[in-house]
Amino acid sequence: MRRIRSWGPGLLLVAPSLLALALFVYVFLGWNVRVSFTSWRGLLPKYDNIGLDNYVALAHDQRFMQFDVPHIAIFTLVFVVGALAVGFLMALLLDRGVVGENVFRAVFLFPMAISFIATAIIWRWLLDNGGGESTTGLNKLLVDVGLGSWRSDWFRSSSRWAIAAIALPAGWALSGYVMSLFLAGLRGVPEELREAARVDGASEPRVFWFVVRPMLLPVLMSAIVILAHISLKTFDLFYAMDQKNLKIDTPALYMWFTTFDGGFYARGATIATLLLLGVAVVIVPYVWYSVRSEQRR
Amino acid sequence: MSASAPAERTDGRIRSRMAPYFTVVRYLVLFGFACFFLMPVYALLVTALKNPAEVSVVRMWEWPASLSLENFRIVWPKLREGFVNSSLLAVPSSIISSALGAANGFVLAKWRFPGADFAFPLILFGMFIPYQAIIIPMFQTMSYIGLKGGLSGLIMVHVIYGLPITTLIFRSYFSGISEELIEAAKVDGAGMLSTFFHVALPIAPPAFAVSMIWQFTSAWNDFLFGVLLTDRNHWPITVALNNIAGSQSVPFNEAMASALLASVPTLLVYFLLGRFFMRGLMAGALKG
Repeated sequence: MRRIRSWGPGLLLVAPSLLALALFVYVFLGWNVRVSFTSWRGLLPKYDNIGLDNYVALAHDQRFMQFDVPHIAIFTLVFVVGALAVGFLMALLLDRGVVGENVFRAVFLFPMAISFIATAIIWRWLLDNGGGESTTGLNKLLVDVGLGSWRSDWFRSSSRWAIAAIALPAGWALSGYVMSLFLAGLRGVPEELREAARVDGASEPRVFWFVVRPMLLPVLMSAIVILAHISLKTFDLFYAMDQKNLKIDTPALYMWFTTFDGGFYARGATIATLLLLGVAVVIVPYVWYSVRSEQRR
Repeated sequence: MSASAPAERTDGRIRSRMAPYFTVVRYLVLFGFACFFLMPVYALLVTALKNPAEVSVVRMWEWPASLSLENFRIVWPKLREGFVNSSLLAVPSSIISSALGAANGFVLAKWRFPGADFAFPLILFGMFIPYQAIIIPMFQTMSYIGLKGGLSGLIMVHVIYGLPITTLIFRSYFSGISEELIEAAKVDGAGMLSTFFHVALPIAPPAFAVSMIWQFTSAWNDFLFGVLLTDRNHWPITVALNNIAGSQSVPFNEAMASALLASVPTLLVYFLLGRFFMRGLMAGALKG
């Protein structure tokens, strides 16, 4: 107890932050789960208990099951794989020292500084689906360079993969982030290790495969976790692209519209709880692993 | 052991005869990527700088016949209030959450209390939660305590949800202070606060730069909290932007000019202080 004099002041200093986070993160998360067990509809809160009825209803909800869940799965897949591939390739090309590396890096990364709203406003016009005389945006560019057959209706296409078009602006915004993660990872590989492998007669591709690749696995994990959780929770990008377009509807958008436009608070809370579970599945092990591996160092 | 045909060994690296071609291909691919990333900027700039009479969506990619700032003159009055609101919001929230993050980071790194290692991951989790899962209770709470509508409630929310990342940034930074320095201060009879102010803070400006830039950018670019918590007179720039330019019925040139204006502050920060911006990115991925 004597030692409380030594750590007491520290705890006192962080106490306000800890309390604020306890309330705004954990109490609110629990409160939201509680709302998902009610039949609250309309502006007046109602805290009855109808068990899992909202979850059962959502499992039979056409918009959620037919649109949102497949959409977010497709979007996450295309966005994560695309951004990883592009980001990794850019890092690989830049790794060995390139004239003008700083310029390239700045060009690949600057979209991170722009809001998703502004990004969506620009890309909505680039992904316009006008044809013939009114062809514009990316389609016009494709026609001009002789790739007219690649023209697409993008996120307004009738295909169920229409939402994959949103991976273009999302990847534009975040591939540079992936690149900087990989670039830091590549440069973190000690040169002596590569050198040792070369002395043993390994060719460059083999040096990469047997020395560099295993050391990049943690970076790959980070990148996947970061991208996947952004994909699940992003709201504003889709909202500002085309907010009434069911082809790019996701759970995050459904949650917003059903809660704050429709007043279906209980249903909104149910969707939000499922989103939380989806994010927690990837994030909790990640945070745990990061903190643990730091302590072992 | 490998069957590849090595040409010559100069710097220990086995050089393939194809090396010069690889270099050409490498630059070509990099150049291609650069074009992709700059393409939207090109469309944005040439459209925003065209005379409104000249603008047509079909001629999106054509160079302006004459330069004109008319588009900015048209949209600026509609954006000005949002611009002011976002400044009044992003500056204080980045300062306050960085100051609190510095204190938290110092304690968690150098003045630990029992359970600090348990508290840290719990704090970190706060930066990854999907905000959808807290907005209903937050909306209720903020309405109840009367902080909905104006900017002060929004500032408070940005400060609180910024705490995990600012704490992380400062904790990583202060971990670099040697234990001897802290011990020496203790031996000299310095308490926690005076160690914080006299040992930790004087070396903290780089961490403040990283943390404040990160928080400024997030607050400036946030849409969800802004649209939920503010009324018409307090809309931040993103909400104003979405309302002005967020539909296909808005003239194309005005949409582009608005998007450009709304992005100027964060782009300036990025180009002037890119080094610190990068470190914030790394921290955000839990990579100190």
